Amino acid sequence: MTSIETIRKDFPILQRVVNGHQLAYLDNAATSQKPLAVLQAMDDYYRNTNANVHRGVHTLSEEATAQYEGARGRIGRFINAGSSKEIIFTRNATEAINLVAYSWGLDNLGPGDEVLITEMEHHANIVPWQLICQRTGATLRYVPIDAQGSLRLDLLDELLTERTRLFAFVAMSNVLGAINPAAELVARAHAVGALALVDAAQSVPHMPVDVQALDCDFLVFSSHKMCGPTGVGVLYGRRAALEEMSPFMGGGDMIREVHMDGSRWNSLPWKFEAGTPAIAEVIGLGAAVDYLSNLGMGWVREQEHALVSYAVEKLTQVEGLRIIGPSGEQRSGVAAFTLADIHPHDIAAILDSEGIAIRAGHHCAQPIHDHFGIAATARASFYFYNTFEEVDRLAAALEKVQSVFSF
Amino acid sequence: MDQLYREAILDHYKYPRHKGHLDEPDVSYHDHNPFCGDEITLELQIVDGIVTDAAFDGRGCAISQASASMMTEEIIGKPLEELRSWTKEDILDLLGIEIGPVRLKCALLPLKALKAGVWGVEDWPHDE
Repeated sequence: MTSIETIRKDFPILQRVVNGHQLAYLDNAATSQKPLAVLQAMDDYYRNTNANVHRGVHTLSEEATAQYEGARGRIGRFINAGSSKEIIFTRNATEAINLVAYSWGLDNLGPGDEVLITEMEHHANIVPWQLICQRTGATLRYVPIDAQGSLRLDLLDELLTERTRLFAFVAMSNVLGAINPAAELVARAHAVGALALVDAAQSVPHMPVDVQALDCDFLVFSSHKMCGPTGVGVLYGRRAALEEMSPFMGGGDMIREVHMDGSRWNSLPWKFEAGTPAIAEVIGLGAAVDYLSNLGMGWVREQEHALVSYAVEKLTQVEGLRIIGPSGEQRSGVAAFTLADIHPHDIAAILDSEGIAIRAGHHCAQPIHDHFGIAATARASFYFYNTFEEVDRLAAALEKVQSVFSF
Repeated sequence: MDQLYREAILDHYKYPRHKGHLDEPDVSYHDHNPFCGDEITLELQIVDGIVTDAAFDGRGCAISQASASMMTEEIIGKPLEELRSWTKEDILDLLGIEIGPVRLKCALLPLKALKAGVWGVEDWPHDE
């Protein structure tokens, strides 16, 4: 296996100096850094190939289309989709969930129907369902979390019923670090005749994901959290489900023919891609999945698990520090914590002065923080390019925070 | 850090002045900063257009709470007429630090509460 030192050379930004210290970037759950291969793929596209896709018969347009669609194929294979027709490009994971909420939800939900989500969702998998339930009269229900921050699976029998039309849940929590048993949850949804949507924004970047093994109907993720550029998200949809759904947005490229009295839709996946897509960014995401495939997602998961286990060990030695979420194998590369009663923004500001980038706030998951009765947490989140030495720097800086605020 | 968390700020954070409530405030205004979760309730006693007493209660980051403590200390004895023209710069002078755009919201929360509570100005500070 390539050494971490070699891998870090692929990420020019990791050499940056921030406030007089070498950057320790520990905010990967918010967005990851980008390797040279991704930057070069996008640069090369704009320098040599730039043209609109699916339209022109000229050479550049044909090449751009081949690169764009080629990336779709590789991104589909990365999550083991059965067909590239099942890979829809959106702006981000949020838009992918909204696409399902509006296209599927408006046509299929009504009074008496229920949508089930969980208390540990990101706002992106809460608010679209609140909006759609308001519009359709359907009821939104939540699987609660327990004191450790794991899903209350013992309540699933009560919550998943013949009234449930869709179960939408997060595969890996961006705050708790909890890894949910996604395949089991999908099977439980199917057992009552509900569809299953997996919010995989945190899992696809950090562990092997196989949509056919999961057997999910929908799965969403975001390019920028997995070494790719911002501006692209992915909706995987089971072909039969997507075929039956109405378009989300109307415009060019999503139509077969347009007349003044009506239109017919394009076939999958283009039915859901109105207007000029983020061509360079999709090509960049294609380069990102090549990069990750080359590392091996099993290795990525192992590397992060080693880092986060070490981090949990080091951080719990800091007096007054409390990590939230489950421990052991159930934890992804995320550690959200509180430190005595020091406000997380003060923690983050002091760490920043040491060149250490973490996130502080509610991380777009306010219900989790309500559950634990805290307004905000500080969060360190790791990726495969992080080092044990960076964990040591984090722990040392937290000791410094502690001493600055000691009364 | 040595700049952002200078001694005076930490001192006001650890030992806030005028923290609590007034018996019969003439003005009481609650405000919060959704980004940080900072909260503050500002109370004033006003006699003949002059702030004769002030108190705050709240919770949040060191910058917001130190700002509230310093501001209450500073405004007591001052005429409202003078306070009306206070700007971001007046608060930054009190704090004695430079502050980035994100944390500025924390620093300005007490003055925001003052402007809203006394003059009903809801849209301060304007984005610049």
